Amino acid sequence: MTTQLPPGMHLETVDDKIMTLNVGPQHPGSGHMRLIIKVDGDYIVSCDPDPGYVHRGEEKMAEYRNYIQNIPHLERPVIHDSSNILYPYCLGVEDLLGIEVPERAKYIRVIAAELNRCIYILYWLAIYGIFLGHSTMFMWPAGDRELFIDLLEAMSGARVTHAYLVPGGVRNDLPSNFEERCLRQVEYFEKRLKEYEAIFYQNPLLKARTEGSGILSRTDAIRLGTTGSVLRASGVDFDVRKKEPYDVYENLDFQTIVMKEGDSYARSRVPYLEMFESCRIIKDALKKMPKSGSVRTKLKPNPKGGNDEVYRRVESGRGAIGYYIVSNNRPEPYRVKISVGSFRNLICMPYLLKGEKLGNMPAVYWGLNYWPVEADR
Amino acid sequence: MSTIAPQFRLSRFIGSLFDLIFWVILIFSLVGLPIVFIVLFYIKLPVINNQLMTPYLAMTWMADPSRTLPIVKNFMHTTLFRVMAFPGFGFAALLAAATIFVERKFLAKMQLRVGPLYCGKIEGILQLMGDGFKLMSKEIIIPAKADKPIFWMGPLLFVGAAGAFVSLIPVAPGWVVANPNVGLLAVFAVIGFFPIIAVLTAWAANSKWTFIGGLRALHQMVAFEIPLILSLLGVVILSGSLNLSQIVESQEHFWWIAFLPIGAIVFFITILAELERVPFDLPEAESEIVAGWLTEFSGMMYGLIQLGTYLKLYAFAGLFTVLFLGGWNGPMVWPPFPQDIITQGITIGPVTAKFPGLPLFDQQMLNGTLWFVIKTVGVILLILLPRGVFPRVRIDMILHTGWYKLIGLAFINIFIALGLLYAGVLGPGGLLH
Repeated sequence: MTTQLPPGMHLETVDDKIMTLNVGPQHPGSGHMRLIIKVDGDYIVSCDPDPGYVHRGEEKMAEYRNYIQNIPHLERPVIHDSSNILYPYCLGVEDLLGIEVPERAKYIRVIAAELNRCIYILYWLAIYGIFLGHSTMFMWPAGDRELFIDLLEAMSGARVTHAYLVPGGVRNDLPSNFEERCLRQVEYFEKRLKEYEAIFYQNPLLKARTEGSGILSRTDAIRLGTTGSVLRASGVDFDVRKKEPYDVYENLDFQTIVMKEGDSYARSRVPYLEMFESCRIIKDALKKMPKSGSVRTKLKPNPKGGNDEVYRRVESGRGAIGYYIVSNNRPEPYRVKISVGSFRNLICMPYLLKGEKLGNMPAVYWGLNYWPVEADR
Repeated sequence: MSTIAPQFRLSRFIGSLFDLIFWVILIFSLVGLPIVFIVLFYIKLPVINNQLMTPYLAMTWMADPSRTLPIVKNFMHTTLFRVMAFPGFGFAALLAAATIFVERKFLAKMQLRVGPLYCGKIEGILQLMGDGFKLMSKEIIIPAKADKPIFWMGPLLFVGAAGAFVSLIPVAPGWVVANPNVGLLAVFAVIGFFPIIAVLTAWAANSKWTFIGGLRALHQMVAFEIPLILSLLGVVILSGSLNLSQIVESQEHFWWIAFLPIGAIVFFITILAELERVPFDLPEAESEIVAGWLTEFSGMMYGLIQLGTYLKLYAFAGLFTVLFLGGWNGPMVWPPFPQDIITQGITIGPVTAKFPGLPLFDQQMLNGTLWFVIKTVGVILLILLPRGVFPRVRIDMILHTGWYKLIGLAFINIFIALGLLYAGVLGPGGLLH
């Protein structure tokens, strides 16, 4: 051996028993990422996730734009959940600049965030379905997303990247007769959700396949720092909306979904049950919302933050999203650090996949509620 | 939006018509006529009006329609016609193509979609043709380190084996390509080829995904072949024959599914596994192993595999019909051929034309074919249905099902059949026979 390898690296030895599979980045069963999987027959010996194929430098870009200009590009990591990824940024900037948000705007933000959560979870559920080979479960959620996309289009004017939440409120008021339309579509959607239960969650083959696979115990879930649905599926009652209520979540009536099993089935079921709670929140918020009033506190042109720092977090479709924003008397933030749920859930993938069967890989992988683009930021 | 050719010129249009006629005549005389003559030399030609027909008189038959039909009728009794057209490849390929179209529309309706819609104006009926042409026009890519002869051979062997399977299925009384006395054993032998082909092509492609997919296909097919064979033994015990046509004839009064429902269910599940259909499509599980043992196929090689798969689907559905649903048996619903056309001919205005040789097909055969097609299409729809309802299963679940549960059920089925036989209810000399 003449070439010197960097410390920590070693050449792979050829072992007839172990086969290395590169799942991704060009593989129908991977997102924009790679899983280096070693299999012994049908059993996975080790799994090494390799994210970073879609790193876009959002944090660095945020340092060159002022507080308002940052809005459209910060939602790019998860375009399906764009209201939720902007939410902590808006909260943080409001804290930095000392802006008070009108009461009506707070309710509208909550409605937008919950609608967007449903859009994200439906998209996630569609891919979960097709990963397990259930093509109807791909088509139904992908079609029912239209209900919420239409509502958000009516609110914001855009179908995916809404840029609707801004520091100081929301960009524009709701259109006329939005309340009735929203109520009608949400009620229809709740009926559709019950059909998902019959065709997907009560399916004996799905249960046989996912129950008891990739079990993450309660202690491991806390120790590995998971968040969101993965944490709640392992029996930890933690939801940022309940524990650290922001805007008007404390006034609204909803529950945190917790399941004790910690297996793939529980991880697939928690987001589904959360959609029922989201519908409850939307209906409650529509009832309690002030019927008129301002929706946006106007900022000064080119607002400057003080010599200050702030950390705010919200509950997104994939878990807690936190923004750490540092300002130094300039119109641009000095530093923006985004802590995303996807990356924190990715960490437990090597633990879960070790010793699993190769056929369980898609269920465990997508059950982690992991969005590769968000993890890379 | 389409516009009528903006630079339309009548002279150019007429010129292009002549061009077309020239090419049609050229291709007909260079390709069509030789084929017609080859076929004509092959047929045993009839004697009409004390004159033995010869291939050299072909032009006279084209001018005289009364001579055409007897020759067509003679052609239909040759093996060539049976292999190429009616109970063989052409008929099966037509049903397979219809199956693909029905599957896409049927699945789309289940999933609140519309499916193919635009191609061919009426509900996307030409979509399949478009897909076929697309596959033909695509480049065939062979992996650099593949074992090329075997890799090339794979799709051809697959279609060949599927065609051999199709040839054993009797469609109507007397209408079957091959009718061996041990027809069912021949079916088992042909089914045994498919895992070998899957493993050979998977190994030849020299890729990890095809290798895993091939091994999965091998495990799955071998695990389900044994319950498949065992589940059909009940039918053999009761009908007392391995010949598929005789098995159909034994069901003249009642279908075997009435006495052997367990065997029918086991056979149906093994059909799903042998065809690699949902929920047993794990040799092609795309989220795990890309496309399984089909990963490296492209263009028409992939198209051939698809053709073979759907031929196999038709053949299995036909086998289910033959063994459990009474094959061609059914009440006579086909109207008899009008006698006055034979005796008096057809009168069109002032001309009365007589066509000796009519009817081309007898009533029994048409009625049998109708019932066979109705039953087979029903079975095909049942095979397609799980695709909209079930997720994929795992390899350990499938092996557990195949080696443990289905074999047990198949043995129960055999005991039921033996009980019926020895109690003297069914079988040769039984009460209901």
